[in-house]
Amino acid sequence: MILVYINSTNGISKSSFEAITYGKKLGDVIALTNGGALSEDLASLGQYGASKVLVDRAIDGGDQQQITKMISSVVENNGVKTIVFSHDLFGKSVAPMLSVRLRAGLVSGAISLPDADGCIDVNVFSGKALGKVRVNSEVKIISLLPNSIQPEENGGSCPVEEISVDTGSVSIKVLSTKKPEGEIPLPEAELVVSAGRGLKGPENWGMVEDLAVSLGAATACSRPVADIGWRPHHEHVGQTGVAIRPNLYIAIGISGAIQHLAGVNGSKVIVVINTDSEAPFFKAADYGIIGDAFEVVPRLNEAVNKFKTS
Amino acid sequence: MKILVCISKAPDTTSKIAFSEENTKFDENGVQFIVNPYDEWYALVRALEIKEAGGGQVTIITVGGASDDAIIRKALAIGADEAVRIDAEAKDAYFTAIQISSYAKENHYDLILTGKETINYNGSQVGGMIAAELDVPFVSLASKLEVNGSTLTVEREIVGGLQVVELNAPAVISCAKGMAEQRIPNMRGIMAARTKPLNVVDAIEIENLTEFVSYSLPNAKSAVKMIDPENMDELVELLHNEAKVI
Ligand SMILES: Cc1cc2nc3c(=O)[nH]c(=O)nc-3n(C[C@H](O)[C@H](O)[C@H](O)COP(=O)(O)OP(=O)(O)OC[C@H]3O[C@@H](n4cnc5c(N)ncnc54)[C@H](O)[C@@H]3O)c2cc1C
Ligand SMILES: Nc1ncnc2c1ncn2[C@@H]1O[C@H](COP(=O)(O)O)[C@@H](O)[C@H]1O
Repeated sequence: MILVYINSTNGISKSSFEAITYGKKLGDVIALTNGGALSEDLASLGQYGASKVLVDRAIDGGDQQQITKMISSVVENNGVKTIVFSHDLFGKSVAPMLSVRLRAGLVSGAISLPDADGCIDVNVFSGKALGKVRVNSEVKIISLLPNSIQPEENGGSCPVEEISVDTGSVSIKVLSTKKPEGEIPLPEAELVVSAGRGLKGPENWGMVEDLAVSLGAATACSRPVADIGWRPHHEHVGQTGVAIRPNLYIAIGISGAIQHLAGVNGSKVIVVINTDSEAPFFKAADYGIIGDAFEVVPRLNEAVNKFKTS
Repeated sequence: MKILVCISKAPDTTSKIAFSEENTKFDENGVQFIVNPYDEWYALVRALEIKEAGGGQVTIITVGGASDDAIIRKALAIGADEAVRIDAEAKDAYFTAIQISSYAKENHYDLILTGKETINYNGSQVGGMIAAELDVPFVSLASKLEVNGSTLTVEREIVGGLQVVELNAPAVISCAKGMAEQRIPNMRGIMAARTKPLNVVDAIEIENLTEFVSYSLPNAKSAVKMIDPENMDELVELLHNEAKVI
């Protein structure tokens, strides 16, 4: 039996569908979540292969210790052999705790299904290499990097069962939560438009945002740009920022330093716009444009709009 | 407050990545090692600030061989009071975490800080594992940490936003950007580091839950296709029909 843990605090995200699809390829899937998600939304997880969804509504998700206890109780009661998480900020915090509690080996940031020997690929050295991991324990935990598998719809909705697990007292009290309004969270975005120091100043980001809106993309930036306060810190991608692997990454006025590439080189397609034909980023790019961002970006935006309306 | 900071060595960010022994080992030839940036810039510096404001002691701990002493001295030069090295190769995150927790169980810390992740294995695992083994709360990816008596107020990154939480020590917290600013060790710190205690402790016996069986380098990218900066319609057409991403 495969258990897929779904974080449904902000609704059900595409990475949850990916995790269920992944789990389904390993065996029969039960999905587990906590909190207040609508039952009809949870039932839709059946379309991706869940045979049922368990939900513990009394647990709000702020306390990882509590969630860990809840999951381990479900694992033990259902003879679960493999637990799948999405390797987002939630999975990253809960999966390691569960690993110790169950003495179950954890594959952190998986990007493939197990091969014939049961080994799973993960990115290592900030995306500069791949490693094959073998799990020696009987119960296994896999934390799946978002955008590593296409969600597959093949069934109808499934039953949703309310459960209640005694997890003891809560030790972490949530005082406040801030959610950026209407923005696409960077790690989940399929399309990303990113810019660097080549843009000269924060007042020039309008054209970047316009292009992002036309494409339905999230915005990102290089580290110096976040450090000098031109852009918010959560947009900083790279080795010391967020690591992303969208389908499309457009890099505008970014030189392509190795620490920047480390956070984006998992992107499927990379477009680089830079005045300097020697910029190292061109070596990592699929499509390159040597030109001035101030001319190229508005022109690209126009072309995108024309394409979208045709 | 008695604080334990977990530090790990990591290859310098510009290191060439290569593997030896039929792609089963990271090739350390010519690689310059540094303190993992998250551990140094955020976890260690915030620990020092907390000590400077309210008193206490900052101990750094690493699981690794004698070759790690160089990065330990660097962390001592930044200002930690003492260091512990658990003398074993860090086989996997579980092994590392259980070694550290077993030391922490005997020596009682109010706060254990780790980095967000190591930049070589990027697992983000060790902190949560230590917390689970010690059965104390874990707050991941903290961008701010305030200490008031035994009350900890932490700002953390969560899926799609930021959250402020409150909890009581003891706890384990993994540190990300925002926690503190990088400190460059000065001459006095470097001199003092030479005489600060570095205790080498024997490892305990622990089974391997996971292992890396081999490594590989990603396939080389095919050559970049250059596009006329006047012709963005062509780029859009290629992104749609050839790359199929829009
Ligand atoms: C330990 C460590 C960790 C780091 N981590 C990160 C990280 O996580 N993320 C990160 O991004 N960096 C990181 N860095 C910094 C990194 O090394 C680079 O300094 C940084 O990425 C450079 O940012 P940039 O490309 O925006 O600026 P620059 O290197 O200054 O490049 C600007 C580019 O813009 C181009 N340009 C100028 N004008 C125009 C124009 N009009 N139109 C188009 N192009 C133009 C230039 O040709 C140039 O290529 C790290 C560094 C260290 C030492
Ligand atoms: N060998 C080690 N010794 C001490 N601390 C470590 C070691 N490896 C990892 N850590 C700590 O755990 C954090 C997360 O590491 P990881 O789980 O490997 O991404 C690091 O930022 C360090 O603070």
